[in-house]
Amino acid sequence: MLRKKHYLALGAVTLVTVLLLSLPSHATSRLKLGIGGLFLPLFGAVNAVRQLPDRAADTLLPRSELLKEIESLRRENQEVKVRQQQNDATARENDQLRALVGWQQQQPWKLKLARVIMRDPANWWRTVQIDLGKRDGLVENLPVLTSDGLIGRVSSVGLTRSQVVLLGDPSCRVSARVVNPAHDLGVIGPGGPLDNSLVDLAYLSGNANLKSGQGVVTSGEGGIFPAGISVGQIVDSRQAEFGLYTEARVKPSANLGALDQVWVLLNPQPN
Amino acid sequence: MNVLQTMLILAAAFLAVFAEASFQLPRHLFGAQVDVLPALMIYAALNTNTVTVSLLAALGGLWFDALSANPLGVSILPLFAVGFPICLRRDLILRELPFAQVVLGATASAVVPALCILLLLTGGHGPLLGWGSIWQWLVMTAGGALATPIIFALFDWCQHALGYQPQTETSFRPDREIRRGRQ
Repeated sequence: MLRKKHYLALGAVTLVTVLLLSLPSHATSRLKLGIGGLFLPLFGAVNAVRQLPDRAADTLLPRSELLKEIESLRRENQEVKVRQQQNDATARENDQLRALVGWQQQQPWKLKLARVIMRDPANWWRTVQIDLGKRDGLVENLPVLTSDGLIGRVSSVGLTRSQVVLLGDPSCRVSARVVNPAHDLGVIGPGGPLDNSLVDLAYLSGNANLKSGQGVVTSGEGGIFPAGISVGQIVDSRQAEFGLYTEARVKPSANLGALDQVWVLLNPQPN
Repeated sequence: MNVLQTMLILAAAFLAVFAEASFQLPRHLFGAQVDVLPALMIYAALNTNTVTVSLLAALGGLWFDALSANPLGVSILPLFAVGFPICLRRDLILRELPFAQVVLGATASAVVPALCILLLLTGGHGPLLGWGSIWQWLVMTAGGALATPIIFALFDWCQHALGYQPQTETSFRPDREIRRGRQ
């Protein structure tokens, strides 16, 4: 039989839950980041331990090997500098043409490197947390990418860390364009819960001519992601809703299952 | 039951949530992360009191939701809904049997995520669901079933190593000793 103590426990837990669930969203996200901050020392310790083998390998690497690597990096750096000169010339030409037509000038991307510190423990969301926050100039809805392509956007920001919703999460929708002659437009939405190597590209026109291997890039629509960031490649497509529109499965360019370091785009300029 | 046991359970819950967010091996191997909190709740419900069960549900749920995209507090009620009835009826459960522990662990690990999803859908949130979710649910159930006897063994060992043991009384009493021979 229920005794007084049991009634009290039941009432207290229910009250706490109802109170927490009825809090406004900004208070909830602050509270979440505050409680999550308790885990930061542990994440720091784990990162330090993970870096130990790398550091040990660095000290054990022979000098000749390091010199060879430096030489290779120097050569690569020179090549990048030459390409940069060519890109600068193209950018100047682009700016002149934009000025002639009266279009808005494009700013160079301002990127900030972040380390992924943890993944969502729940199986029904696809989010990660990164070690940059408000003090690093982050705000909500900034695009996050790797050198391979787009991975998602910043969804909530704390002082020292932020949450990023990845492609394939129900709350991360991206307006995307297929790199084909018709420039078919669609929306990247959630994929299956099990396989994070595929996402769905929905709402393409019913007569879209899609082929496996065609690239998918951000369209710049929607106000969050700038145009032209690589999203992935078409794997296959099918007709949906009795041919009303076409759906395609897209393999993301970035490996969403093995994220370590990501770039946050601080000055996105959507079209 | 003592305060040490409650503190140990809460510390284990904290570390479990951290491990689930930090180590991705089960996700890479089986496509789903295993949740240890329901298994811990079974241990708490069978071996401690209502206060510990409530604390574990509240703090464990808060910690889990803080690291997840779940709305804050959504995991508290499912954990409590599993622990509270078991705590009330624990005299009827053969808690020492590993089979009972496995069955209870599997049931709790199946019920908690199902209730979480139900609450999320009721609250108008759209979690990532599909046919693959059934596999994830099975992995979570099996993982919880396996984890429960391990948690019981671990905590019994901790209790034995850190807690005070009750002094056993022998049947020998010096005042009832029959002294033989003359003094």
